Amino acid sequence: MTKNLLTSAVLAGVAAGLIAALLQFTFVIPHLMEGELYETGARIHFATDGSTQSDRMQPSIGTDFTRHGMTIAFNMITYTGYGLILLALMIFANDKGHTLTPRTGLIWGVAGFVAVQLAPGIGQPPVLPGAIGSEVGPRQAWWAMTIIATAVALALIAFGKGRIALLSIPLMLAPHIIGAPYLDTYFGVAPPELSARFAALSFGTALAGWSSLGFLCAWFWTRADDA
Amino acid sequence: MTTKTASIARDDTSSALGLAIAVLAGVFLLVASGMAQATVLHDAAHDQRHAMAFPCH
Repeated sequence: MTKNLLTSAVLAGVAAGLIAALLQFTFVIPHLMEGELYETGARIHFATDGSTQSDRMQPSIGTDFTRHGMTIAFNMITYTGYGLILLALMIFANDKGHTLTPRTGLIWGVAGFVAVQLAPGIGQPPVLPGAIGSEVGPRQAWWAMTIIATAVALALIAFGKGRIALLSIPLMLAPHIIGAPYLDTYFGVAPPELSARFAALSFGTALAGWSSLGFLCAWFWTRADDA
Repeated sequence: MTTKTASIARDDTSSALGLAIAVLAGVFLLVASGMAQATVLHDAAHDQRHAMAFPCH
C-alpha cells in the first residue's frame, strides 16, 4: 500500500512536473527572461527624464539547455513533493470512505492549486527576478501558514458535517486579514504590465500542473491498487 | 467497476506510518526544490522557483 503510494506519487509528480515545465517554457519563462533584461539594466523602463516607456520584445528562451534542463528537473522534484503529500491525503480520505477516482483526483488537484498557489499568491504574488521583498523568514512563515489554513478550510468544505463547514470562512480569511509581510517602498524596475502578465501566467500554468498532478496521482494509484 | 471498488476496500491497510513517511518525504523534496538557500541549489532551481512563487529570497 505504501509502496503504491510512493510509486504513484513519483510517477504522477514526474509527469505533472514535465507538463508544468513545458507550459512554463511556452508561457512563463519568456516573460521571466524579459524581466531579467530589466533586472540587469539591459533595458530600462522608468527613465530619469520621466518617460515610462520601453519596447515590448520577448527574448527567445535560447539554447541554455543546462538552465532549462534544471527547470524541468526541479519542476519534477517540486510536483513529486506536492504529489506525495496530496496522495497521502487522498488515501487518508479514501480510507475514511471518500472513494478516490481519477475524477475526484482532479478536484483534489484543483483544491491543491487553491491552497498552495492561489491563496498564498493573493498575498505574495509570483514575482519577476529582481523584485525586492521583505525579509524571507516571515514571508515563508506566512506562506506556510496560509497554505495550511486554506487546506484545512477546503477540507472542512469538502468533508465537514453540518455547520462546521462554516468555519472555513474565517480560516480562509485569517491569513489575509493578518496580511502578508510587505515593504513600505516600491522597488520594481520592470514594467507593471510585464509583472502582471508574469504573475497571471504563473497561476495559469500552476493550475494546469496541479490539475494534472491530482488526476495522475489518483489514476496511477487506483490502477496500482487494482493490480 | 464493482471489482475495483471492492479491491480498494479490501486493501484498506494504509498505515498511518506509511502516510506520514510520504508526507515527510514530500516536505523534504519541497524544502530542497523551493526553499534551500545553498547557491548551487538556488541557481539551478531559480526559474522554477519564480514560476511556482516559492518565497525563497
